[in-house]
Amino acid sequence: MTVREVAAEAYRETLPVLLLSAVGGLFAGLVLVGMEAELAAVPGLLVLVPALLATRGNVYGSLGARLGSALHQGVIEPQFGLDDDRLNAAVAAALANGVLISGFAAVLAVVVLRLLARPSTGLVSLVAIALLAGFVSGLLLTIAVVSVVFVGYRRGLNPDTLAGPVVTTTGDMIGMATLLVAARIVLAIGGG
Amino acid sequence: MLPLLCVLTGIELVSGLVLDTFEEALLASPSLLLLVPVTIGMAGNLGSVMAARLSTAFHLGLLSFSPTDDRLAGNALATVALSMTVFPLVGAGAWGLTALVGRTGLPFATVVLVAFLSGLVLAVLAVVVTGITTYAAYRYRLDPDDVVIPVVTNVCDVLGVLVLFGVVRLVV
Repeated sequence: MTVREVAAEAYRETLPVLLLSAVGGLFAGLVLVGMEAELAAVPGLLVLVPALLATRGNVYGSLGARLGSALHQGVIEPQFGLDDDRLNAAVAAALANGVLISGFAAVLAVVVLRLLARPSTGLVSLVAIALLAGFVSGLLLTIAVVSVVFVGYRRGLNPDTLAGPVVTTTGDMIGMATLLVAARIVLAIGGG
Repeated sequence: MLPLLCVLTGIELVSGLVLDTFEEALLASPSLLLLVPVTIGMAGNLGSVMAARLSTAFHLGLLSFSPTDDRLAGNALATVALSMTVFPLVGAGAWGLTALVGRTGLPFATVVLVAFLSGLVLAVLAVVVTGITTYAAYRYRLDPDDVVIPVVTNVCDVLGVLVLFGVVRLVV
């Protein structure tokens, strides 16, 4: 293949996925714009945004890849239910990783902000926001990833090419929306 | 997986700290604030798509690491072309959405220019980072699928914020 052919093929195959995830990213940005009041009320919240969004991609993107491989190998069946131990273990591990890392990001953010003598909210409220957002977004993303991978697989689509775009498109939107809700809840019960 | 995630989270916090330093400029111009997640996401996507394609070519034995390699050059060209297509649309979308819900803070042309320039610089950086990481995986005999994609995605995320910050300082 010539350079031109390689480039044209890569462009054609990638453009639809990129456009889809651009739409998802724009809506995630809209939620961020709607968070102006919370960003002002919780110093340090903006510091968490890139880390939390990346965690969603890293953890649930990897869950999608694992489910895809397991389906291809025939070790799990594309059936919804709570009686498949392998599926339960993969989901539990992803949720645990997602929640732990969100809490870790919040602790690290507060420590670094204090060291740099920058304004930061209390450790407890930022950790509470991160854990709450991590848990709720984890549940929602698990449902999204498992449903899309299973339904796609049953219809004969390759789960490996489905999971990535689903996580990048829904992950940012769900990640930002749950962060907004978590910040509002923690502010309402007196943190911040 | 947890230790790798902790390291990646540490890297991501660097971009969070950069965002924090220009929080006032972002809050003053909602269209720039709206660009933040999408710029981070698109930078990571450009890198991860190229990384996935290079990894597959590498596994199939179709890739050689020379600047004249057709697959390397073709994928690099496609990454830049994709970025130049998508980022101006993202800029227009960011301005349009903020105009719909409230104030934009900046003229339409400025927001599109910020998005376009950020996209162009990020595409070049994504190509460089992906090329170096894939080559390193090849040299150290690591499976590029395991190593390259998480490293490239997270490094490109951080670069997304840094480049946006640089372009905003230059243009706005």
